[in-house]
Amino acid sequence: MPLEFKLNPSAQRKNTIDFLKAGLYKVSPLGYYGEFGGAFIPEMLYPNVEELAEKYLGIIQEEAFQKEFRELLRDYVGRPSPLYLAKRLSEKYKTNIYLKREDLNHTGAHKINNTIGQILLAKRLGKTRIIAETGAGQHGVATATVCALMDLPCVVYMGEVDMQRQAPNVARMRMLGAEVRAATSGSKTLKDATNEAIRDWINNPKDTHYIIGSVVGPHPYPDMVARFQSVISEEIRKQLQEKTGNELPDYMIACVGGGSNAAGSFYHFLNDDKVKLIGVEAAGDGVASGHTAATTAVGKPGIIHGSRTMLMQTEDGQIEEAHSISAGLDYPGVGPLHAHLFKTGRATYLNATDNEALQAALELTRLEGIIPALESAHALAKLKDIAFKPDEVIVVCLSGRGDKDMDTYIKKLEN
Amino acid sequence: MNRIEKLFQDKEQRILSIYFTAGFPELNDTIRILESLQHADTDMVEIGIPFSDSLADGPVIQEANMRALHNGMSLKLLFAQLRGFRDKINMPVILMGSLNPVMQFGIESFLRSCKDTGIDGVILPDLPVDEYEKNYRTLFESQDIYCIFLVTPETSNERLRKIDSLSGGFIYAVSSSSTTGKEKDMNKQEGYFQKLRQMDLKNPVLVGFGIKDKNTFDTACQYTNGAVIGTAFIKALQTGNNVEEHINSFIKGIKAR
Repeated sequence: MPLEFKLNPSAQRKNTIDFLKAGLYKVSPLGYYGEFGGAFIPEMLYPNVEELAEKYLGIIQEEAFQKEFRELLRDYVGRPSPLYLAKRLSEKYKTNIYLKREDLNHTGAHKINNTIGQILLAKRLGKTRIIAETGAGQHGVATATVCALMDLPCVVYMGEVDMQRQAPNVARMRMLGAEVRAATSGSKTLKDATNEAIRDWINNPKDTHYIIGSVVGPHPYPDMVARFQSVISEEIRKQLQEKTGNELPDYMIACVGGGSNAAGSFYHFLNDDKVKLIGVEAAGDGVASGHTAATTAVGKPGIIHGSRTMLMQTEDGQIEEAHSISAGLDYPGVGPLHAHLFKTGRATYLNATDNEALQAALELTRLEGIIPALESAHALAKLKDIAFKPDEVIVVCLSGRGDKDMDTYIKKLEN
Repeated sequence: MNRIEKLFQDKEQRILSIYFTAGFPELNDTIRILESLQHADTDMVEIGIPFSDSLADGPVIQEANMRALHNGMSLKLLFAQLRGFRDKINMPVILMGSLNPVMQFGIESFLRSCKDTGIDGVILPDLPVDEYEKNYRTLFESQDIYCIFLVTPETSNERLRKIDSLSGGFIYAVSSSSTTGKEKDMNKQEGYFQKLRQMDLKNPVLVGFGIKDKNTFDTACQYTNGAVIGTAFIKALQTGNNVEEHINSFIKGIKAR
């Protein structure tokens, strides 16, 4: 039974309005979103990160950079990605649901928006070697793809567990010429792949650029990745204007692991208080089960991968292992922007269990003929929990396609 | 006077500092290892606070961290083990670890516990020097706990000066940008070591990362005040049955002239 959706506790609302007035959803010059963010890195990473922090805005704002970036997004990625009115899905939930079709991008997910941006940046910084981490493999594939395009050697770190559950993406990365290295420490998933990539960067301080795949890591990564992904909400505004005569939706819904597709989906709506921003985290077996990746629900402020953010951790400050059926959401932190949006109440964070995500994936497949990625299915899974009005406009970011998840779908859905 | 300051006042050359992870190999080894190290005439000790996701560490110390955590080590327990250790141990002792466990413990209670137990300095590699200056410096200074910072060959001279002005006790010169325990040729770092010497820093300099035996220790000591050994010592702890004897011969082997 859908619940009347309560946007935010009223105490937090005032906060939100104050932040809106001050424009504080943007990152500060030192890399903070409120109390979150920063760059908590060992000195070995300082020169690389500092170089990025000093140069990224200048480079991104160059006309020549923008031209090359926009052209590649258009001609290589296939942007703008369609905004599709999902009629049968809308009928079912008695409202108007639009899907932002990031699944139709080249390589099958939103991840390539960021890797195109970062590879162009890396070239301008004179870097000759690229490293990346990957969870579901979508960011790894998107990185391997742009490295093939730009003729740069590429090493992708991937948790050993994820290499098994996302085997087709491992094969794709290798075919694209990337070296895939297994991360065998910890939970052998995204967190550990990120640790290994950072360690690689420490050991290769001069020639290497680290293409982080989400809005996580030390400043300037969260802001840089959000800017590259912000093309998603930039397009949504235009497309909604054309389709509905109003550029603002009532709801913008996206899944959150580290939170890059959500950051991109929220970006150009942050200052439009009318737009309800909903992030959906992976609950795994359930928030209280001890097998979850719902960071804002069970975490508290801490430091992971160079950033102060919400973090799943023990009382002693050890990072807890996340659990989700979706490799792309299997992360014990969130980007600092999301921690800030959570804390201030500007965005609301819900969570969906493994089962809810599977059911939502099947539903979209049968109603619309679209097989979504397991990650995106988490966002879809919350449609049933919100009491939408018939005249409202809902946008869900369909961040990726489900090809990579066919093994899981076949196994889990055959009963 | 802080024991670290005293050490460098009494001895300028060939200072040997040993790193080990608290709770490794066994949960209650901390004091036993400290005693053995003192018995073997080690100049200074760094006790590692185990962390699940230490970014700056190579496989050996990562493994030691995981084992220690598995054994049940925590910062709270470490301070309990250290209660009263100053009755027996005179060497300067430093705590080294990642920032998150310290933050969760609470920085103020952490520094108070350091002071109460007799810890002299702290190394938190992922606490940036600017963050320290802005938010933590007064807290450290009020408890007379030194905060020791890392530098690398890539650290600019300007930044080196800043780090030197804020670092307490000594500067930890990472031999070349890497995680801990990498194989390295120390002779290749001659230019960097010489630069550090010529800059006439206010702090003494110890070299760490890649120092593993008498040879690498001697090379580092040619240019600086001494060196830190971590990974090689952790490996040594894993091999022998008689830990005391093992530690003694390890240290003697490094210090031999």
